[in-house]
Amino acid sequence: MDYRITHLKQLESEAIYILRETAAQFEKPVLLFSGGKDSIVMAHLAKKAFWPAKLPFPLLHVDTGHNFPETMEYRDRFIKDLGAELVVASVQDAIDQGKVVEETGHNASRNSLQTVALLEGLEQGQYDAALGGGRRDEEKARAKERFFSHRDAFGQWDPKNQRPELWNIFNGKKQHGEHFRVFPLSNWTEMDIWQYIKLEAIDLPNLYFSHKRDCFVRNGVIMAVTEFTQPTDSEAVESMQVRFRTIGDTTCTGAALSSADNLDTIIDEVASARQTERGTRADDKRSETAMEDRKKQGYF
Amino acid sequence: MSDNENNSGYLDMDLLRFTTAGSVDDGKSTLIGRLLYDSKAIFEDQLEAVEKSSKSRGDAHVNLALLTDGLRSEREQGITIDVAYRYFATPRRKFIIADTPGHIQYTRNMVTGASTANLAIVLVDARKGVIEQTCRHAFIASLLKIQNIVVCVNKMDLVEWDQKTYDSIVSDFKKFASRLDNLVNITFIPASALLGDNIVDKSKNMDWYQGPTLLYHLETVYNGSDFNHIDARLPVQWVIRPHSNKYHDFRGFSGRIAGGVFKPGDRVKVLPSGFESKIKGIHSMDTELDEAYSPMSVAITLEDEIDVSRGDMIVKPNNVPEVAQEIEAMVCWFSSNKSLKGSGKYILRHTTNEVQAIVKEVRYKMNINTLHKIEDDLELQLNDIGRISIRTSAPIFYDSYSKNRITGSIILVDPMTNETVAAGMII
Repeated sequence: MDYRITHLKQLESEAIYILRETAAQFEKPVLLFSGGKDSIVMAHLAKKAFWPAKLPFPLLHVDTGHNFPETMEYRDRFIKDLGAELVVASVQDAIDQGKVVEETGHNASRNSLQTVALLEGLEQGQYDAALGGGRRDEEKARAKERFFSHRDAFGQWDPKNQRPELWNIFNGKKQHGEHFRVFPLSNWTEMDIWQYIKLEAIDLPNLYFSHKRDCFVRNGVIMAVTEFTQPTDSEAVESMQVRFRTIGDTTCTGAALSSADNLDTIIDEVASARQTERGTRADDKRSETAMEDRKKQGYF
Repeated sequence: MSDNENNSGYLDMDLLRFTTAGSVDDGKSTLIGRLLYDSKAIFEDQLEAVEKSSKSRGDAHVNLALLTDGLRSEREQGITIDVAYRYFATPRRKFIIADTPGHIQYTRNMVTGASTANLAIVLVDARKGVIEQTCRHAFIASLLKIQNIVVCVNKMDLVEWDQKTYDSIVSDFKKFASRLDNLVNITFIPASALLGDNIVDKSKNMDWYQGPTLLYHLETVYNGSDFNHIDARLPVQWVIRPHSNKYHDFRGFSGRIAGGVFKPGDRVKVLPSGFESKIKGIHSMDTELDEAYSPMSVAITLEDEIDVSRGDMIVKPNNVPEVAQEIEAMVCWFSSNKSLKGSGKYILRHTTNEVQAIVKEVRYKMNINTLHKIEDDLELQLNDIGRISIRTSAPIFYDSYSKNRITGSIILVDPMTNETVAAGMII
């Protein structure tokens, strides 16, 4: 008898273990749901982990207000099918209440303001653990992230003082006011995510598949023309055949030229890609340690 | 190869987790960079970023170490501080590398990286031969029960590809390894990570070496012995109670199988209560499974209504683990703030269980470079490894670490600071 299981099944089992451990070790966990493929896979795994019961925690969407309409439609349908509770932390509300000041200029992004809305949302709901879809292969600072990542009372990450994680024993103990970020997909790569989506036939927003769209190029990144991202006079608008490798706020999500319109062709594209998926993220291009700096402040 | 074959091939891949340990100069980062680069796991934009920062730092060549040193302070100081995880895949396997710094101050990181590894690469600089650090890495691999060791004799280009140098390193290492337990499978590979010899491609400079390249070995080494498939153990993580009309009476005891094989109809026993029942079904969401084994995550339903909660363990009546309140363990001390002197009170976490624990005694400390026992200094400080005796507030259900890495491992947590202060292997 062969008692080996494939790497995808091992990753699935590990993620389910982390999700159950989070439900068991914390009083009030929440799952951060962006409508992107990683958080969709994470929510799917959560459904598996607690079936036939409903998820023992709600989903939290940090809404920058700059969404692709496709993402919002998908979000509402997905949550309804899942039968889960949705909580929205709104960046617009934070701006309206004067808690943050919006960046100005044509390159303005609400990406950094998400951190404030997120921390507010966590505090308001008194959540003590936030499940995130971050993966260690995404970015070099994330490569040093733990499954159970401790945050102080200000939501900050201290990369030099992280708890060691051994075997599959996780220590989620904390002082009052502190919380944890938990990353069940830590060991997954972009390829694993796509293969798993195919294996499990998970439905995705159509932004991930090739389509024609009006775009313009800014700082080497292909941006979609949306309500929130308008070209300047010197930026020419062109109809392009594109898809999105990651889906975030419209102001910081770049598109990639692609004709991949189904899972098989996307998998082939990922296999031969020579650019990381975050290579299309304008927010990471701001400096060499942009991600580490944002994470220290409490970013995902 | 058609697209479909390509995709289905990927679905058959298995997973190998390995750890690398080495110091600043022995070429570890170059080795990892080479593996990632030659297996095409490094992307153009990552390479461009590294080229750019190598230039601005004034490095003479593209510094592949910058790929692995992610944190600002690491890049500034040119050292690796923390365990970093790297990923790459070939058509045969997916690999997870736990990349750990090798200096003595970082024993705790090496232990952490080794705890989940199936294989360890010990790097030896061909010019320096087997040194203290080599012995330390090998000892930690054996302590954590990593059965496959690859001794990669690197920088062969700097000793003119000399077979005699290599042979004497192999012989020295074997001499040392004979004093270690658990090292089942040792493979020696002469290499030059800088030039790529015997990493992915076979060396043209060492005709005298007939063995595999490093990547070929990683792709083909037998990787089935790390899970225990004999002694059935399911530590209960979470009890699933749907409270819905359709699943009104459903009580699923969920968790990740830590050992052995469970099948529907099997007679089982629940610890600590001792109640017995039969397995009604094994669920993976809406699929019912014919059997479940490590490391699968499942939910089990039982024929009888018995009380089971988190921290309990489901086993077979004819094969139960040790049940005791007095245990002996080898521990690595992790805290830089507080040492272990004689005795102390801690929280002990073991599988999904948690109990209060008193460390009664430090029996001895190990000199991890010489393997000598130290009995006149019994204070465990950061990075020290020693044997302790523990008394717990309630019985725990365990196997020895040498029998099962999951049911034989513990961590100690400081109840004041919540810090993880020690990792232990039950003897």
